[in-house]
Amino acid sequence: MALRDERVTLAHGGGGKAMRDLIEEVFTAVFQPPGMEDQARLTEAALAEPGARLAFTTDSYVVTPIEFPGGDIGKIAVCGTVNDLAVGGARPLWLSAAFIIEEGTEIALLRRIVATMAREAEAAGVRIVTGDTKVVGRGACDGVFVTTAGVGVIPPGREMAAGLVQPGDVAIVNGVLGDHGATILATRGDLALSSDIESDCAALGHLMAGVMAAAPGIRAARDLTRGGLASALNEIAQAAGCGIVIDETALPLRAEVVGLCEILGLDPLYLANEGRLVTFVPEAEAAAALAAMRARPEGAGACVIGRAVADHAGQVRMRTAFGGARIVDMLVGEQLPRIC
Amino acid sequence: MQGWQIRVRGQVQGVGFRPFVWQLARARGLRGVVLNDAEGVLVRVVGALGDFAEALRDQAPPLARVDAVEVAAVVLDDLPEGFEIVASGGAGAETRVTPDAATCPACLAEIRGEGRRRGYAFSNCTHCGPRFTILQSLPYDRARTTMAPFVMCPACRAEYGDPADRRFHAQPIACPDCGPRLWLEAGGVEVAGDAIAAAAKRLKAGEILAVKGLGGFHLACDAANAGTVDLLRARKRRPAKPFALMAREGDLERIVSVSPGALAALRDPAAPIVLMPSRGVLPETVAPGVAELGVMLPYTPLHHLLLDAFGGVLVMTSGNLSGAPQVIGNDEARDKLSAFADAFLMHDREIARRLDDSVVRVDPPMVLRRARGQVPGTLPLPPGFETAPQVVAYGGQMKAALCLIKNGQALLGHHLGELDEALTWEAFQQADADYAGLFDHHPQAVAIDLHPDFRASRHGAKRAEALGVPMIAVQHHHAHMAACLGENLWPKDGGKVAAIVLDGLGLGPDGTVWGGELLLGDYTGFERIAWLKPAALIGGDRAQLEPWRNALVRLDAAGLSDLADRLFPEAPRDLARQMAMKGINAPLSSSAGRLFDAIAACLGICPMRQSYEGEAAMRLESLASETGPGPDLPVVAGEIDPAPLFQLLAANEPPARIAHALHASLARAFATQAAQLIESGRAQAVVLSGGCFQNAKLATLTRKMLAGQRILTHRSIPANDGGLALGQALVAAAKLEGN
Ligand SMILES: [Fe+3]
Ligand SMILES: [Mg+2]
Ligand SMILES: [Zn+2]
Ligand SMILES: [Zn+2]
Repeated sequence: MALRDERVTLAHGGGGKAMRDLIEEVFTAVFQPPGMEDQARLTEAALAEPGARLAFTTDSYVVTPIEFPGGDIGKIAVCGTVNDLAVGGARPLWLSAAFIIEEGTEIALLRRIVATMAREAEAAGVRIVTGDTKVVGRGACDGVFVTTAGVGVIPPGREMAAGLVQPGDVAIVNGVLGDHGATILATRGDLALSSDIESDCAALGHLMAGVMAAAPGIRAARDLTRGGLASALNEIAQAAGCGIVIDETALPLRAEVVGLCEILGLDPLYLANEGRLVTFVPEAEAAAALAAMRARPEGAGACVIGRAVADHAGQVRMRTAFGGARIVDMLVGEQLPRIC
Repeated sequence: MQGWQIRVRGQVQGVGFRPFVWQLARARGLRGVVLNDAEGVLVRVVGALGDFAEALRDQAPPLARVDAVEVAAVVLDDLPEGFEIVASGGAGAETRVTPDAATCPACLAEIRGEGRRRGYAFSNCTHCGPRFTILQSLPYDRARTTMAPFVMCPACRAEYGDPADRRFHAQPIACPDCGPRLWLEAGGVEVAGDAIAAAAKRLKAGEILAVKGLGGFHLACDAANAGTVDLLRARKRRPAKPFALMAREGDLERIVSVSPGALAALRDPAAPIVLMPSRGVLPETVAPGVAELGVMLPYTPLHHLLLDAFGGVLVMTSGNLSGAPQVIGNDEARDKLSAFADAFLMHDREIARRLDDSVVRVDPPMVLRRARGQVPGTLPLPPGFETAPQVVAYGGQMKAALCLIKNGQALLGHHLGELDEALTWEAFQQADADYAGLFDHHPQAVAIDLHPDFRASRHGAKRAEALGVPMIAVQHHHAHMAACLGENLWPKDGGKVAAIVLDGLGLGPDGTVWGGELLLGDYTGFERIAWLKPAALIGGDRAQLEPWRNALVRLDAAGLSDLADRLFPEAPRDLARQMAMKGINAPLSSSAGRLFDAIAACLGICPMRQSYEGEAAMRLESLASETGPGPDLPVVAGEIDPAPLFQLLAANEPPARIAHALHASLARAFATQAAQLIESGRAQAVVLSGGCFQNAKLATLTRKMLAGQRILTHRSIPANDGGLALGQALVAAAKLEGN
């Protein structure tokens, strides 16, 4: 059986045969969720372990353009939710996936997105076990919106939270910053760039598993998404009630990203990422954590960027290349110019 | 017994006012007492007053500022036999501290003379010396200053206790036996021998020295030695920003042309850096591309001794890391300045408070940076604000300075710098606490800029919430206007004015970025009458750094894209144009500052990058030469279109003429509109404010265009954001009282 239509119509959301064809052919044939009913029924031995806790998260994904160098909305939807679970110390297990589709969307595009999701889920070791589709009229959404929810398991005894970060802890990131944000900006603006920057989008479950094994005293991790490194560090500093100092010269930045940011007048510290995290570990475990990250491709560019300090509680500062110290704030709304 | 009570208000504490009264009264045979209290100085006397009250004002000590002398007939009992200085009365008395003051002639003669303070670098008296820079907490007395560790010797103690001595109650009194010690340090080791002589020798040999001054460390070197000046620029990574100079009076005329007004400003106890026309005898690299030099006189005994021994003119630039505030601690200096300085001339009197050198210009008079010597002086508020609520205003982001108002007075704080710099931010918080203590201030309202992302604005929002008082966000250029009104004592009900505010930028209530405005209004409100036609700020704040960005959008708007392509072959023009077209980080702005940058870039003045704020505009001003009126700028529905200025470029006019035309055309376009507001009776006076009016040429031309009108300008507070907080406070107070 093959869908005759090339584009999604409102009939695909009407509840009839067209809708069933779409779901069966485009989604369930690929995801192969357990059972054919609307809900997943799951058993998992890990949950039975005394002290184990269930981790449960959800996120909606909206990105323009839907496909971009290095990924598409489906990849972000899987990786983003997997990463949400992973940085909380959980082993990601199951995802749900819900789609809001604008009338007129190419079926071929949907197929590509679904294929990406299936591939990424398999690589990340999670299963997409349930889902939903809705079709809305033109203009009611922008192409495709995806919502994923994720369930994972936190093993007994693991405690990770931003509030546990202490002065002296070392801050490590798993690779160059801002590639995703720069890619999206360049693609969205159709900016004539001669660069080969790609989105950094990646699932970090395996990487986190390696780090947690190598550095059992790990305090906290945060995936860097909207607002970039700067926002993640500010959240941690505020939750932990300590200061954070990062070193400008230690920040992993690609020359192309720095160059693009200079032209656009943006700060790479605030650019979005989809495959980067920052983790705080006790100093004694920093080397092991770093080695564990570097052992995986998505952590090949890992490096130490700074540490937590007792001074300036709640505030993030960057030691500049010239030896000065600049305050790095949380991003508040759009950045309006300030230089009078 | 029938007598007189005389209340003296103003800056009358900590300046030798009581001993002055004591001497005056004794000389006239008056009986009575003098004391400090919370309101100033109080004198109670019996006897024939004669011109005693007038003398209190006319013969006041050099650092005193007498705002009022109020005489009342009273019945007095319990007066002493003669005339005495008695203990302060009441709570809150003697909390005043005056600004730091340059070495007075008597002290200078003393260190050059044969007495016990010959050659002593820390001499001072009631009429001069450190004040605010050594204050740790209130009230101001020696135990709460960084002089506390130095125990007075008997000789100093005797001087301190004698009302007839010019050191009576001089808190930082010191001598070689009991006071701070000076030394020269190189490679972490103290150099043996006379520190001043050794320092002077090194300077002559072309070395760069870190010199600990009043409000921070300077980096000093021989201004006549081009090689050393270049070396200092290389080490400081400061390619072009002018260096300040320090010269003895006798050396001034050789390097700059000194007007009588400039000389008076130089000799003021505040001892600011004064901008004066260069004679071109010093190496060009001292102040590349600008026609003025900033020079100050030696203002501490240490400086006098050093310059006497050195015998020439010194570069005296602030000792700091690029972009960071001036270093004040000895260890901090060793840590941060070792890469710049070959040796350290330092001492063991701590600096409690970082204060940069103040910067002024005299022709026309203006304060460019308000700091050492000018704070913590108070300013009177205009009529109508006598009973205004106590307001604290937090100013802007880039030249942060805060302001408190209370009891008809304003306390405008010192220049702090850019608030994202961590040390500057700490200084801002210290200043907030300090000035509140100094002024015994209990805010009933908080005023901030409309821009929510100024660090000062966020701080103000938090403070207002913590205090449970109203917060008033004031539009940036309305605050500039109000600051100018306040400085000129424009009454609260004085009617509306036409305010030409030419500035970098500030957030407008419409969400766009303003900066070249004609506002009609008063303290409580305004309407926008005219403005520069907006252009995109490509890359937001990046447009400030790179003048070509502003040139590109203005040239494109004037239909001169080809010219832009020819002028900026190296720039990423395609990308920039796409950003402007698609609105990617390219907000529209009517900034006048960026228009100056645009024209400068077109004339080849740092087109790709400015190395310091205002570089392009300053060089453009220096380039401009008097050549006629400049083209008319069309005005459509309030929008002043600068396109004709760019047409001059296409017509290949000489650069000096184009530079001048910008000043003249802008002045005329705004002045014409302002004059119309006056002629139609809608405005009572014209206000000139905003950072662009630090440009002497623009200020002078605009005033000329408005000849015959009532013009209010800035003289003693900065036209730039350093004066912003005063305007914010006044607007907030007026709005609160209006409710
Ligand atoms: Fe301003
Ligand atoms: Mg989430
Ligand atoms: Zn003196
Ligand atoms: Zn002594």
